[in-house]
Amino acid sequence: MQVKINGKSEEVRSGTLLDLLKAKKIEPQMVAVEVNDKMLERSHLATTHLNEGDQVEFLFYMGGGR
Amino acid sequence: MEFTEEQINRYSRHILLPEVGGKGQKKIAKAKILLVGAGGLGSPAALYLSAAGVGTIGLIDGDVVDLTNLQRQILHHTPDIGRPKVVSGKEKIQALNPDVNVSMYEERLTAGNALKIISDYDVVIDGVDNFPAKFLINDACFFADKPLVHGGILRFDGRVTTIIPKKSACYRCVFKTPPPPGLVASCQEAGVIGVLAGVIGTIQATEALKLILGIGRPLTNRLLDFDARKTQFREIKVKRNPNCALCGDRPTITELFDDGDPYAGCAVHP
Ligand SMILES: [Zn+2]
Repeated sequence: MQVKINGKSEEVRSGTLLDLLKAKKIEPQMVAVEVNDKMLERSHLATTHLNEGDQVEFLFYMGGGR
Repeated sequence: MEFTEEQINRYSRHILLPEVGGKGQKKIAKAKILLVGAGGLGSPAALYLSAAGVGTIGLIDGDVVDLTNLQRQILHHTPDIGRPKVVSGKEKIQALNPDVNVSMYEERLTAGNALKIISDYDVVIDGVDNFPAKFLINDACFFADKPLVHGGILRFDGRVTTIIPKKSACYRCVFKTPPPPGLVASCQEAGVIGVLAGVIGTIQATEALKLILGIGRPLTNRLLDFDARKTQFREIKVKRNPNCALCGDRPTITELFDDGDPYAGCAVHP
């Protein structure tokens, strides 16, 4: 199905947000996940299913400044 | 407070702006802005804010200038190597604009000193390089009720957001805790394109001035991400999180604490 990930349309397998993170090899502790402008608790990643047209944001930590 | 003829000349391009005017320039002259970190982000912010005529700039940094800093930390010059950054920074600021008072704090921001220092300022700019410090600044600005302009840079990516405590999403609303230290690369390993500090630090200074002037729309509830490879900005909407441990409905963080080892690492981006 089609979803938008960080602003870009992508074809992904149906499944949970945790499945999507695994497929993308993203460590869940390293990212904050927003679906359709709503922050998703880490504990809900495994139980929240992707829907066609969802807008997903993977927000990575950005440190640095020096 | 009245401006001298020289000051009216110096700030004439501001005074000409209807959104600033003489009244706005006086607000700038009375403003107190704290720069936490006198490095990559703090450098352009310090220079533009002093050029703008900010009344008091606080510089907090416990480090001395190192050769590897000079690729991006434009507040410091080659002869400054080995000198405290706050001393080097104060000199450049006052050479640019002697109207500016500079308060130096040659130390690291900690849970012990943060509230006392921050409470003297109107706006805080985050220019630190590690996550525990970014969380500490977020928490301290919440408890001191001071607006914070957050920034981060890494490799070719940068991010800015403005946080008005209790009114807009805070750093913990989005990123609950610092990332696990084992998964974090150090700044030295990660690298950063020097000009990125200029892009992001200058936006931070812009946000701070807007807050002082009370004009425009602040960068609240939005993360502004910049990709220097593509020269592309992207805005991500965020919201206050009712479950936020700091500013949510049932907070569990009720006092300042040092959230992890500041030397553990600075950068994460897969
Ligand atoms: Zn919060």
